[in-house]
Amino acid sequence: MSASDPSVTPVAARASTDNLVEIQDVHYSVNGREIFSGLNLAIPRGRITAIMGPSGTGKTTLMRLITGQIRPSSGRIVFDGQDVPTLKRADLYKLRLRMGMLFQNGALLTDRNVFENVAFPLREHTKLPNSLIRHIVLTKLQAVGLRGAAGLEPAELSGGMARRVALARAMATDPELLIYDEPFTGLDPISMGMIVRLVRQMNYALGITSIVVSHDVEELSILADMSYIIAGGKVAAAGSFVDLKDHQSEIVNQFMNGLADGPVAFHYPAPDYFEQLLSRTV
Amino acid sequence: MSQVAELASNLREFVRMVGAVVLFLLRMLGQIPRLIARPRLVVEQIYNTGALSLVIVMICGMFIGMVIGLQFYDILARFGSEDAIGVGAALGLLKELGPVVTALLFAGRAGTAVASEIGLMRATDQLSAMEIMAVDPIMRVAAPRFLGGIIAMPLLVAIFIAIGLFGVQLVAVQQLGVESNSFWSQMRAAVGVDDVVDGIVKSFVFGVACSLVAVHEGFTAIPTAEGVGRATTRTVVISAVLTLILDYMLTAVML
Repeated sequence: MSASDPSVTPVAARASTDNLVEIQDVHYSVNGREIFSGLNLAIPRGRITAIMGPSGTGKTTLMRLITGQIRPSSGRIVFDGQDVPTLKRADLYKLRLRMGMLFQNGALLTDRNVFENVAFPLREHTKLPNSLIRHIVLTKLQAVGLRGAAGLEPAELSGGMARRVALARAMATDPELLIYDEPFTGLDPISMGMIVRLVRQMNYALGITSIVVSHDVEELSILADMSYIIAGGKVAAAGSFVDLKDHQSEIVNQFMNGLADGPVAFHYPAPDYFEQLLSRTV
Repeated sequence: MSQVAELASNLREFVRMVGAVVLFLLRMLGQIPRLIARPRLVVEQIYNTGALSLVIVMICGMFIGMVIGLQFYDILARFGSEDAIGVGAALGLLKELGPVVTALLFAGRAGTAVASEIGLMRATDQLSAMEIMAVDPIMRVAAPRFLGGIIAMPLLVAIFIAIGLFGVQLVAVQQLGVESNSFWSQMRAAVGVDDVVDGIVKSFVFGVACSLVAVHEGFTAIPTAEGVGRATTRTVVISAVLTLILDYMLTAVML
């Protein structure tokens, strides 16, 4: 990629930018349904940023936009100076080498064991000798406390263990950005505590940038340096956790305090209850 | 008018689908140079689609050969030409039954395995995880299975035909008393290189068709249990129909 490429900001300019990722006026629709309508947010370098919001607000969609798996209808998604949606496949894959993502279910490759799952990106992208790959894999597994599980198959792991292995795999190539998609869902308190500790350790020990997508307000209050609440296709609130707790917006207040009543209705839009009971249609 | 509009819509959808399959095929073909550098990926898939289909292909080849032996003997005996049974069986197996039946068996055993495996990888985010790890699933998952299937199919057809001929011989020579020398010598005299080439071409074409259908169906499966099941069923149905249509077209060209 040449320096004249408009999608690339010169190195000096990049270094002066405090944000690793910037979402600028992004619009995105699926089957006519607008998910984002002018979304703007920034992910600061070296920090843990929480993306929160009620179910169905497009949190996972946002992660897929950042990683270039889908393209927005309009707007810019800038990763370290590069406009992700405009990148060609080869450039996008180069960029993804600087990212890691922890999927909600771990997404471990089921045809290989724990060791080989963590070794997978190293074998695909490097020509390192087996002895060095072994060393790196064991180091990563040690970091997540699963060195002893190296020989297990993915089917033999609990949900929490699978996510820790996936974290070790995401860390294998030492990415600059780690994205966690709903990392706490379905975990027992012990596993949840382990994941929270690991996210913090990984972020601060290695100096990486983390995005945690979740609606677990309690865990994020311990973890996040900066939080965004997305609702109605836009950022409804942004700031530290204390700022969000005291936010005046009704939807932010409903979300942060877990209230059943508020702008997010309990009932999905439906025809009149009485009329529907009397009619024969569903 | 609405029927015309519906027809146009269906036609448009068909063209879109064919276009998508062709683009998918081109993307896989574009990965061949990289796969040549990593032959192990293809060899693994030749084992999965070929070696693991051997038992079913051999059992079916044996019994189809034995049935051919019985049926041909019955027909040819009416004309007093039982000795020609070797020729009829060899040409039938080489030019038609070998490639077609093996392709149908391949679609049922290996094709469904490939489609459901890839579909489940899609449903459990394994393909997305690969993409995030900057590993192209087309190169790592689709293309090796596609190439593996293309290489495995002619080998399976050859084994099917060999076992089938053994089955014919078992019934005709060992059981019904056709003269052995006459059985083999007539076969060798009548079967030419052209007939063998016909069989090879058909097995290659069926290998491309069945592998492409299986890999594409798996890749485009809706990521749910129902979606994967549907993709698996479609793999068998489309492969079988496509095999028979292509068989007619190839035969018409070759004769």
